[in-house]
Amino acid sequence: MSQTTKTTYQLPIGPIHPALKEPVAFQFEIDGERIVDVSVALGHVHRGIEWAGTKRNPIQVLYLAERICGICSYCHPMAFSLAVERIAHIEVPEHAQYLRVIHGELERICSHILWAGVAAHEIGFDSVLFLTWEIREKLLDLTEYLTGNRVTKGITMIGGVRRDITPDMYPKIRETLEYLKGHFEKLRHVFLDDKTFIMRSKGCGILTKEDALQLAAVGPTARASGVKKDVRLDQGYFAYGDLDFDYVTPDVLTGEVNGDVYDRIIVRLLEVKQSISLIEQCLEQMPSGPIVSEPKVAKLLAKLKTANGEGIGRMEAPRGEVFHYVKMNANEHVYSWKVRAPTYSNILPWIPMLKEQQIADIPIVAASTDPCMSCTNRVLMVEHKQTKTFDKEALHQRCVEKTRRLHL
Amino acid sequence: MRFSMLPQVVAQLFKKPFTNTFPAKYTPSSTTQFMKDVTNGTVQIHPPVATPERFRGKIRYDKDTCIGCKLCIKVCPSEAIEFKEAEKKIKIFLARCTFCSQCNDICPVSCLSMSDEFLLADTDKYSKDLIVE
Repeated sequence: MSQTTKTTYQLPIGPIHPALKEPVAFQFEIDGERIVDVSVALGHVHRGIEWAGTKRNPIQVLYLAERICGICSYCHPMAFSLAVERIAHIEVPEHAQYLRVIHGELERICSHILWAGVAAHEIGFDSVLFLTWEIREKLLDLTEYLTGNRVTKGITMIGGVRRDITPDMYPKIRETLEYLKGHFEKLRHVFLDDKTFIMRSKGCGILTKEDALQLAAVGPTARASGVKKDVRLDQGYFAYGDLDFDYVTPDVLTGEVNGDVYDRIIVRLLEVKQSISLIEQCLEQMPSGPIVSEPKVAKLLAKLKTANGEGIGRMEAPRGEVFHYVKMNANEHVYSWKVRAPTYSNILPWIPMLKEQQIADIPIVAASTDPCMSCTNRVLMVEHKQTKTFDKEALHQRCVEKTRRLHL
Repeated sequence: MRFSMLPQVVAQLFKKPFTNTFPAKYTPSSTTQFMKDVTNGTVQIHPPVATPERFRGKIRYDKDTCIGCKLCIKVCPSEAIEFKEAEKKIKIFLARCTFCSQCNDICPVSCLSMSDEFLLADTDKYSKDLIVE
């Protein structure tokens, strides 16, 4: 009789996979049902946005940046505009700072509620998907009322925002926030008390605090592992310095940090509540004043033409820290533009999360970091036939070379 | 708790659906016929959800006040505006327009504005409805 030996086998998932809406390729090494190892390949939806940005003036880039991500359509142009404001030394009026917070928090609520629905869908709980998206619809109506459009808001302007929120608009905002508060309890009950959710998410996809720190996870993914990291508090941009809020970690509610999918649900739900409170605080404290530092766009354009230097824009997007680097050299167009979307930092944490899990847990664990692949893709491999491995030194050398190239 | 969504789902059976059934309650067997009937006035379209104030829809262009300064062309993020040299007027291709209304903001004589019209689907991107001039 021949001896049978047990070996692991390879399971490719993606780049097209029905559970993960965006293209990303996983290569799993599986032992029975258990995941032994995983590698992730990206780069299927590179759109050359950064290159297109260097052919446009900063005001045109705002709308290009808006299209990096459909869900973060506010924080990308805002981070870009923060960078440009730093280069051109533009002071943003105080009223506009508060308006920027309101729009940012509104986007965070929309994004987290959408994520909650997608997470429910991944574990096959589709009635919850419809419950969350019904709530989101109300929020999109409010977004449309405040900005003029549901998704691509077009509210950002260098030096402020484009539309004011006047006191006669407060009742509509308050009404929607009340509606949200009423439904929040329902959502909390379904997500945190339901047996299905607890069984699928507790102890699943664990990211320890050490791993989160070492792999530089950002946003709710890092906070769910107990890392107190939030650009809104660490940097205090916009009017966040005047507002009363704190880091959201799961121990606020349960008293312990496990870093599993359940904790990520808790963090996102609590952040929805926090964002409601932040918007309410803004409505109470908002001083009156101009909404933009230079109302004449043509004048602003002339000023930006003379701007010279480089700047960075950091802000807390719903998924974590978004980072924009801009260089301008007193030319009409942007000289260089680099975007680092939050998902980029949350890709490596996937590996410890997915190890030792079962195949059926892949969608919910992958979705638990709220990945956004199209925002992340910055490289296109044209010659994919040979595989190259870059070690730290080689990557550092390339990084140095690029910096030199920019400073020519 | 085992069935926390059940009360919600049962209650939903007796509630009015949240979705607005636009443009018809049920999918018509022939879309072409449905569109013809709508044009003839025999069938009524179920109205869409009303747009709020200051919604950014199809651009309105007041040709007479336009001074041909080309500022709108400079800020248009999608390069949807063409300058007609002979007349010194502009031509907007809505198939490219992103409806950001940046051209409205920069126009020194306010000859551009946003209407609330949003039903702009067309099979031809150069059709008459999609070019504003």
